[in-house]
Formats: sequence, C-alpha cells, structure tokens
Amino acid sequence: MLRILIYPIHIFIHFFEGLAEYVLLMTKMFRSVKSWNLYLGFTADQMVNIGAQSIPIVMLTSLFSGMVTSVQAAYQFESGFVPTWFVGSIVGESVLLELAPMITGLVMTGKIGATITAEIGTMRVTEQIDALESLSFDPVSFLIMPRVLAAAIMFPILVIVADFCGILGGLFAAQHAMDVSAQEFIRGLRTWFRPWDAWFGLIKGIFFGIAITSIASYKGFTTEGGAEGVGKSTTSTVVISCMVIVLLDYILAEIFL
Amino acid sequence: MINVKELYKSFEKKDVLKGISFKINHGESVAIIGKSGIGKSVLLKHLIGLIQPDSGEVWVEEKLVNTLSFTQLQSVRAQCGMVFQFGALFDSMSVEENIGLALSKLSEMNKEEVTQQISKSLAEVGMENSEKLMPSSLSGGMKKRVGIARAIAIKPKYLLYDEPTTGLDPVMTDSINRLISKIHKQEDVTSIMVTHELRTVFEVAERVIMIHDGKIKFDGTPEQIKLSNDIVVQQFISGNSTLLETEA
Ligand SMILES: Nc1ncnc2c1ncn2[C@@H]1O[C@H](COP(=O)(O)OP(=O)(O)O)[C@@H](O)[C@H]1O
Ligand SMILES: [Mg+2]
Repeated sequence: MLRILIYPIHIFIHFFEGLAEYVLLMTKMFRSVKSWNLYLGFTADQMVNIGAQSIPIVMLTSLFSGMVTSVQAAYQFESGFVPTWFVGSIVGESVLLELAPMITGLVMTGKIGATITAEIGTMRVTEQIDALESLSFDPVSFLIMPRVLAAAIMFPILVIVADFCGILGGLFAAQHAMDVSAQEFIRGLRTWFRPWDAWFGLIKGIFFGIAITSIASYKGFTTEGGAEGVGKSTTSTVVISCMVIVLLDYILAEIFL
Repeated sequence: MINVKELYKSFEKKDVLKGISFKINHGESVAIIGKSGIGKSVLLKHLIGLIQPDSGEVWVEEKLVNTLSFTQLQSVRAQCGMVFQFGALFDSMSVEENIGLALSKLSEMNKEEVTQQISKSLAEVGMENSEKLMPSSLSGGMKKRVGIARAIAIKPKYLLYDEPTTGLDPVMTDSINRLISKIHKQEDVTSIMVTHELRTVFEVAERVIMIHDGKIKFDGTPEQIKLSNDIVVQQFISGNSTLLETEA
C-alpha cells in the first residue's frame, strides 16, 4: 500500500534530479562556448552527420505529409461550399507552420537523437569519456557542444527542405485528387501566405534541434550499465524527446502566435 | 609521490571506499587487489581527478588533486598515463589519431615529433605499423597494447593500469605482464596496477595493497601476502570460496 504512494513521489523526485543534472550539463556546455577553436572542426563533421545525411528521409516524409494534407482537404471540400483553389492555402499554412518542423523533429528524434545517445552512451560505458578527460579534454565541449551547435544550424535548413517538399507533395496530390491546377494551387498559397509563418517554422526547427541533441547527449552522458544501459538510454531519449517536442510546439505557439 | 589520505566515497546508498590511506613513492611498482566491484577502479580514478571523493585528500606530488579545477588538473594528468580496462580507445579515430590526441593536449611536441613519438610508443608495445588501423579491427589484447602506447606516449611519471590482464588468454597475459615490467624498468616510472589476477601481482608488482570492504586489508610485499594468516587475504590468494562460509 505504502509502495503505491511512494512510487509516484519517487518518480517525481527522480524527474527533478534528472532535470537538475540536465540543466547542469547545459550550463557546462554554454560555458565551453569560449573554447570554440577546439570543437569547430567537429561541428562541421556533425553538420554532415546530422544535416546532410538526413535530407533524404526528411524529403520523403514531408512529401507524403504534404500529399495527405491535400487529399484530406479535398475530402473536406466535398460539400462544395469552399472553392477548391483554397487547398493551396491550407497546405501552405499546415506545412509551414506545423507539419514541416514537426515531422522533421519527430523523424530526427528517431534518427539523430537515438544515434547520439547510442554513440555517447557507448563512449560512457566503455570509459572513452573517462579517457578523454584523463587526456585533459573537456568531454562536454568535445562531444556535446559540436552536436548541439550543428543541430541548431542544420535543423532550420532541414525545415526549409521539408517546407518545399511538403508543398510540392500537396501540389501534386491536389492536381490528382481534385483537379486543382498548379496555377490555382499557387494562387491559394499566395493569397494567405504570411512570411511570419515560414519564419516561425524555422524558429521551431532551431528549438527542436537543440532540444533533441541536448537531451540525447545528456542521456548518453549519464548512461550506466553496459550495452543494456545504452539500449535503455536510447529508448528513453526517443520517448522524452517526442514529448518535449510536442510540448515545445505548444509553448512556442503560445509565445509567438 | 602519491599520497592518499582517509578517502571516503559512496554512490547513492552504497559506501564504496571507507577510509583509504596509502603512500606510493617514486619508482614503486604497486598492485592494488581485491574482489570485483570492491572499488578498485573507483580508487584509481580518484588519483587523476576523474572522480571526486566525499572526503579525504589525494596528493600527487605537491598538488591536492581533489581541489583542482579542470584546467589546473591538466598538469597532474600530463604526469599520469592511465590505461583503461578495455583500452578505451576512441572508436571514431585511428590508432595514430588516438595517440596523437593525447600528445596534442599533454605535450609540447611539434608535428614531426608527434609522428615520431607515435611510432616509438607503438614499437615499444609491439604494435609497429598499426598507425592507420581502426580500434574496431583490433583484438582485445591489441586494444590494451594501444591503450598502453597512448598512456606512455605522453612520457608520464606515473602509469596507472586498470585490470591490464583481465579477460586475456594466458599467453597474452604473460606478454602484457612482461610489457608492464619492461616499461617499468626502462621508463623510470611509478606503476600502479589495479587487478584481481594474482599472476600479474606475483610477476610484476613489488608491493601489494589489498582492499576489502572499503578499507585496506593488507599492504606489503607479494612474499608477505602469501604468508598472511588473515582469512580474507588467504581466501583471495588461494581462491577458495569455502574459507569464509562460517562467517557469512
Ligand atoms: N559512477 C558510478 N555511479 C554509481 N556507482 C558506481 C559508479 N562507479 C562505480 N560504482 C560502483 O562502485 C562499486 C565499485 O566499482 P569498481 O571500482 O568499478 O569496482 P572494481 O573493484 O571491480 O574495479 C561498484 O559497486 C559500482 O557499481
Ligand atoms: Mg574495475
């Protein structure tokens, strides 16, 4: 009986301990900003890992989500009260504001977040992080900073890629599912286009990128218990990052919209 | 000289070190022994500030290690080469880059000298011409050798080995033991090895410190430990698990 009461308290304490540890690690990371000459080279490598290699999957997922948006809009337009060329604006708004950053965030959680935790976690359990420190390298500026920085730079770029592919997918589906011509689609897109929506999507991208990579790094850094521990941290990175992204999405919308 | 005074360390609810004190003079070759999970690695990591004690002092020469900042620790770490249990080579770097990384921070060599020092250290551990290999293509014994090469490359005064022979086959164990002895003699270093392999103790060490239940149970020569009549020490030396059954 007591256990049932203690368990949630335990979880609660555990959560705040973890949060404190995370904040501490991030503070260390921001303090290491001044040793930029050390990690700039690594940042370039990470930009390739995090950014360039993720372009295909981001293109594919956003293409299809744009197409689905179009098809669903068509389905809702069946009543006939709304002119079909409005579909361009619906796809445009949804993709720029929500779909492109969100899809990028979730796909990257699985792809990059999991990879980073597995990499850093393996380094932790095989004592490579201790070894780095024994050679007087600060593991935070060596391992975490380049990844977070690379994500902050590359995520907005990935969101732009997702924007284009999503709208392209929407356009393609609109032509096929509801006979909306390209001109009409673009007319819809332009009529309600607000540059701020596109900017907001990019801002979200930056926040998501920093959130995913820093959570993944933290989870890798605090991994314990061998290969099994690496597996556990990886799973929990994906779960936590997904929740944080959805939460951030809401918070940012409240702040910026 | 390394001087450890009244070291205490616990993790969460577990008390690992409960008042450890010892001095190691320059040139000694010391084995720290004890059961698995007793805190040998934890103790070794205290010596170069990888772990901070709850209380107590760790002195390396005239520096109080547990009060130094990360930057101040660099001078201590430049004197101490640490060989990790499974080598702890950086996966993403070649053998050459692994050793080069150590030299880049802890020595003042120029590019040419670094290249020379890398091949010299590799030759010393019997791994000539392996500069371009990646750690994933090395066997366990080879990883340990490269780990040793990385540690000796910085020309340290102290060499710290964590389980240098654990998990190796008998022949490899012998060759690593010889290597440690050779380096100890040639390089004028203080060698401290943590191990639970008695063979390494008797073949390499001149002094043995045994840790049991967070405290020092024995401190003396390998000859003395063989003659000890302490039941815990005897059990460890003889590998007989039935000796203590009445107590447990
Ligand atoms: N970073 C850590 N966090 C929590 N517990 C730890 C940590 N490092 C070591 N321990 C615990 O301390 C004890 C001693 O570990 P260790 O020094 O690795 O033993 P060994 O004598 O085999 O080298 C073990 O029970 C281990 O679980
Ligand atoms: Mg150990």
